[in-house]
Amino acid sequence: MGYTIFYLCLIVLVPLTMLPIGAASGGWTAFRDTIFDPRVVASYKLTLTTSFFAAVVNAIFGAVVAWVLVRYDFPGRRLVDAFIDLPFALPTAVAGITLTTIYAPNGLIGSRLEPYGIKVAFTPLGVTVALIFIGLPFVVRTLQPVIEELDTQVEEAATSLGARRWDVVRRVILPYLYPAWITGFALSFARAIGEYGSVVFISGNMPMRTEISPLLIITKLEQFDYAGATAIAVVMLGMSFVLLLAINGLQRWTNARLGH
Amino acid sequence: MAGSVHRIASAPAHGRRPLTEPRALRWLLTGVALAFLLFFLALPLGVVFVEAFSKGFGPYLEAIAHPDAMAALKLTFIAAAIAVPANLVFGLAAGWAIAKFSFPGKNLLITLIDLPFAVSPVISGMVFVLLFGRQGWLGPWLFDHDYRIVFAVPGIVLATIFVSFPFIAREVIPVMEASGTEEEEAARVLGASGWQTFFRVTLPNLKWGVLYGVILCNARAMGEFGAVSVVSGKIRGRTNTLPLHVEILYNEYNFQAAFAVASLLTLVALVTLIIKTLVERRMARPAGNERLAEAA
Repeated sequence: MGYTIFYLCLIVLVPLTMLPIGAASGGWTAFRDTIFDPRVVASYKLTLTTSFFAAVVNAIFGAVVAWVLVRYDFPGRRLVDAFIDLPFALPTAVAGITLTTIYAPNGLIGSRLEPYGIKVAFTPLGVTVALIFIGLPFVVRTLQPVIEELDTQVEEAATSLGARRWDVVRRVILPYLYPAWITGFALSFARAIGEYGSVVFISGNMPMRTEISPLLIITKLEQFDYAGATAIAVVMLGMSFVLLLAINGLQRWTNARLGH
Repeated sequence: MAGSVHRIASAPAHGRRPLTEPRALRWLLTGVALAFLLFFLALPLGVVFVEAFSKGFGPYLEAIAHPDAMAALKLTFIAAAIAVPANLVFGLAAGWAIAKFSFPGKNLLITLIDLPFAVSPVISGMVFVLLFGRQGWLGPWLFDHDYRIVFAVPGIVLATIFVSFPFIAREVIPVMEASGTEEEEAARVLGASGWQTFFRVTLPNLKWGVLYGVILCNARAMGEFGAVSVVSGKIRGRTNTLPLHVEILYNEYNFQAAFAVASLLTLVALVTLIIKTLVERRMARPAGNERLAEAA
């Protein structure tokens, strides 16, 4: 008991308290100047928009994948199911260099998109691709158990009362899935905001254009600008905190729906 | 019962309504799902190995057997070998405290354990630089006494412990809570000591949950990049872990060697997935996936 709290404090809490202390060390004006610096603001915008679009893509395709894995049977289904977690298990740096190689102008997919004027690597689109990879399992893994729990008798009842399949999906199944679906979206979004390893390689790191917030923190640390680095970190933590609160609320909503 | 409902339903007024999507739509959805996974999962996985062997088997072995790569491999093993047992002991202690006793602030404690997941890896590494770096809080004192933590092995180990901290605890807590305290009480009544109860009753009940947590913790510990890259200083052959070595080789345009080293990490990931799947089947719990999704 005492040991639990001691270890928690030593490893997690004491280091994290350094953040507000570090951010305050530069004084209020310096803090404000750092977090509203145009280059830093551009990085929030990039981080937030790419994370958002990646989460949207994952929400759409993740829902299809979850549905197919639970409801349909096809050869290799269990193997596919096991591979969903690859982005959790694969080190982010490996994902980063691999995706960059595939989507670079001379890469497997990049070279095929180049003639159409579509550039992926070293653009915000590339950042989005990396974030899709990283967030892929979240929507699938939050929706899967909920779809498994779906009571087919309700579907049968609706069908027997004359509802067409599309109406059953739209009026019976989807409303039941919404809370978990949004939770999966939010988890994928939250993970993408903090992501570093898979993004630095594919982004190209051009200031104002493809520079993500975590990279700016590292840049500032390397220049020994600790106050500046912590200031950006505090803003990022603020964003994650708001999302975390939203996720917790959503999970309570999900559980209430499921009657747990 | 379900069948009879359906039979009544197929009264002529509505005709027979299908309980699933039309066959064409099923094929379409399955195709879309598999195509998406092919592009985002299978393709990257294949590319790692294709690039690693792009110059043949000799250069592949050469890249892996390079002294810097071996040093990075060793450091990665050391970091994981310290971080995993440390977090295992904590996970068991935390699970024990949370599941078998009740005390005020229990929910707060559970939330705090998850904190490292909510923080960007870069920030996780940065807090240790702020604490132990030269301009950090304890930095000057450490420097005077010639202790090196940041840009040295201890910092890498600390950052690794931090990022892989919650994995085991969050697997152990629900399993311990579900198993209740009856068996422990029975053991104590029959005269077992506290430790005997723990090792012979509590732990065997937990073994799959613990194993599950340990492999996830280990995968994260070996693969961590962001946090470790902030604290390591990236001194070749000395403070380089495998993922950092991949980065250095890649940035030097030595792609084949970068992918050769990356293929080792990919193998760790594949082994992790295999063991995880096997353990999930042993535990036979549909909720397992849900828990993993929350974990990462």
